[in-house]
Amino acid sequence: MKKLHISTTVNGDPAEFVCTPDESLLDALRNRLGLTGAKEGCGTGDCGACSVTVNGRLVCSCLVLAAEVEGAEIATIEGMADQDKLHPLQRAFIDHAALQCGVCTPGILVAAKSLLAKNPEPTDEEVRYWLAGNLCRCTGYDKIIRAVQSAAAEMRGA
Amino acid sequence: MAFDEYQKREFKQVGTRPNRPDGVDKVTGRAMYGADMTLPGMLVGRILRSPHAHAKIKSIDASAALALKGVKAVVTGADFARPEDDFLRDVQENCMARGKALYDGHAVAAVAAIDAATAKAALKLIKVDYEILPHVTDVDAAMKAGAPIVQDGRTLENVPAGMSGNVTSHSEFGHGDPAAGFAKADKVVERSFKTAATHQGYIEPHAAVASVTTDGKGELWCCTQGHFFVRTLCAGMLGMEASQLRVTPSEIGGGFGGKTTVFIEPVALMLSKKAGRPVKVVMTRDEVFRATGPTVSTSIDVKIGMTKDGRITAGEAYLRYSGGAFPCGTIDMGGQAAFAAYDLEHVRTYGWNVLTNRPKEAAYRAPGAPQAIYAVESVVDELCLALKLDPLDVRLKNAAKKGTKSSYGPTFPDIGLVATLEAAHKHPHYTAPLGPNQARGLSCGFWFNFGGNTCVSLNVNTDGTVGITEGNPDIGGSRASVSLMAAEELGIPYEQIRTIVADTNSLGYNDVTDGSRVTFAVGLATIKAARDAVRKMCQRAAKIWDIDEEAVEWKDGAAVPAGPNAGKFPPMTLAEIAADSFATGGPIAGHHEVNVDGAGVSFGVHLVDVEVDKDTGATKVLRYTIFQDAGKAVHPDYVEGQMQGGAVQGIGWALNEEYIYGKDGRLQNAGFLDYRIPVASDLPPIETVILEIPNPGHPYGVRGVGETPIVPPLAAISNAVSRAIGTRMCELPMSPPRILKAIGTTA
Repeated sequence: MKKLHISTTVNGDPAEFVCTPDESLLDALRNRLGLTGAKEGCGTGDCGACSVTVNGRLVCSCLVLAAEVEGAEIATIEGMADQDKLHPLQRAFIDHAALQCGVCTPGILVAAKSLLAKNPEPTDEEVRYWLAGNLCRCTGYDKIIRAVQSAAAEMRGA
Repeated sequence: MAFDEYQKREFKQVGTRPNRPDGVDKVTGRAMYGADMTLPGMLVGRILRSPHAHAKIKSIDASAALALKGVKAVVTGADFARPEDDFLRDVQENCMARGKALYDGHAVAAVAAIDAATAKAALKLIKVDYEILPHVTDVDAAMKAGAPIVQDGRTLENVPAGMSGNVTSHSEFGHGDPAAGFAKADKVVERSFKTAATHQGYIEPHAAVASVTTDGKGELWCCTQGHFFVRTLCAGMLGMEASQLRVTPSEIGGGFGGKTTVFIEPVALMLSKKAGRPVKVVMTRDEVFRATGPTVSTSIDVKIGMTKDGRITAGEAYLRYSGGAFPCGTIDMGGQAAFAAYDLEHVRTYGWNVLTNRPKEAAYRAPGAPQAIYAVESVVDELCLALKLDPLDVRLKNAAKKGTKSSYGPTFPDIGLVATLEAAHKHPHYTAPLGPNQARGLSCGFWFNFGGNTCVSLNVNTDGTVGITEGNPDIGGSRASVSLMAAEELGIPYEQIRTIVADTNSLGYNDVTDGSRVTFAVGLATIKAARDAVRKMCQRAAKIWDIDEEAVEWKDGAAVPAGPNAGKFPPMTLAEIAADSFATGGPIAGHHEVNVDGAGVSFGVHLVDVEVDKDTGATKVLRYTIFQDAGKAVHPDYVEGQMQGGAVQGIGWALNEEYIYGKDGRLQNAGFLDYRIPVASDLPPIETVILEIPNPGHPYGVRGVGETPIVPPLAAISNAVSRAIGTRMCELPMSPPRILKAIGTTA
């Protein structure tokens, strides 16, 4: 299959790769660009472990074709910290023990950040519904909800 | 391990909640999981799986696949020697079918190619000539005379004559004379139950990178709960010596028991061996559901007798478990666990394992116990309702305690069941008001816990910090707990310790991360390794002070003279001793290896409020509280995490999760859309209450906590739903159609 050449921006930096027309954005990120923070839990958009944003929109990168991101701005977990300074959500997840195995964590952090950008003061129920597309099998979600609310409060300056 | 091991003490660091050492890696995407590993020159391996539930493999023709450009190797069952050991042979035949495909998804061939697209294309070119055989996927159907036989000749001698050839083993546990006990009862209830097979549902699919060289050496990087066991299994299948196969565990994206065995690892090694290049195999989610270990599916009859004042006079259970297409010992654990929470004069369980055309069972958190205890706790609840008794009072009246001869044999030492029941009684949840269509349920839970083979090294660095090398993959924060226990014992800050999980060449054999053993057993070995290092540091101080070794003791992170007669010296800290170590005899390290006994059983009680929507049949969990004995909670955050996570898996089992097979014997819901695990919006907060009844078999009183929490939710929710709708539910999951059917029956 003839490959396509794609120019894009990942976490603020220019990035180029070649991909086959049927290749997912997730595979391109992981296998072409070496960004393995986004995980494949299902490949069918059911688990959210591959969550990234494309032009600010939260997506399952396993359901996006790599060829679609020409000229787009992509944000992944690798770009969430500001150099050596963790994002408040990242700190809150560590402080609240909101992860056990951690494989769903990158997707949940990307999704939670996207929620707080739209809704800086969500109710617990709003957090639970926003994250309903991100499966976590270890925690029962309790500490995840607390961590997101703690980070939200910090980001609001509360 | 002696039971006088535990000594009461005031903890300085154990019981605090410091940040886990792998936290930053895991929130930044840097942590390396199974599929994240890449080697130069690596090929991609893919596996061809049977579309049939049961079929004879007449021939496999891979010539067209091998002729495809970019295909480097094909592997089938014929590439593996046939192990003599039954257990190893079963694991191998589950990894790659031989002669017969035993379930939908059973691996029949594998390819390694230059990329995923080529490997996928190659799979389509492999021609397998199947002769389709009749199949059976239901445990009760498989026990009937005339059922298709999944595997011939696997019946053990203890199975009574005349049963179906699918029955592989029988077990009995208990004491007393149940018939005599039932005669004394005011009320006897007998019920039959069924539970669906569920999957562990870890978010990370199995992944392995293998590299075998022409001199017979192998490297394997994989996500596993136990890399030493992976080495044993793979070396056995490939005819390698353990010393020549090094297995390195990646970070693991969940396991819950499902990653305690091998599926793709020996296949990846064989592909690499044949291709002469590294090979990576990663399962798809569809493969995970179809071909890795779900739980047993079960059919259970329980009979319990009770007096008017709530004393259980006898209990009996008949348990039929199917661990899929291979013999499975989980039935024994179900039979032993069923009545463990009760102090009974007359109790007996009878168990049968039955072959079906389903994937080979793998452990799932307290394997065998949730199903058996669900059935028992459901009948106890029905008796409480019938006799108008408070369900917590009845459990307290019959609770197993110190000195109780357990239903499975041993006499219990200090256990925490009564304490958890009393805590539940006192908790405001138990008396909170309920609304229409709402009800409260509860259940006890139990797990044996395990110790096992453990080997830990502890290195004192010259700058006064400490490195710990252990051999159990960290599935829920255990590196933090191990560091905490070492910090406590050595008397240095937690932050000065780094614990790593090392490969199979770095330590002696460590049993799998299972049986809720890691914080208990690796913790115990770490404490002893720390004591070994302390002894050596005291020797060094004695040398420097020129006094007897016996005259030095360890206090608050420093060597001090033991009493006034030892001489007057200022305390010499770990850092000072370490800094001088090159001049006093060389590097300092502690070590401990042990086969740990004395794990200490674990009990918990769960309270749940549900609301049933009688129009849709949907159940909403409104409130959930867990009471569990942790012995000593080393890092309470991660103890709570185990309790919450286990409970939510149990909630999924109770309400949604099930393996659904079609008439064709194919799995109908091999994906997260149709196999629905709980999502955040399904759930309320999960409240936790940790009790600490010290385990006499651990220096700090620690008990394993990981498995017990999945046990109570099944019955707790079923009891709540049954009370809410006024009909006893006897089948899991209680999906909306089943609840609607139950309501319809009542009307």
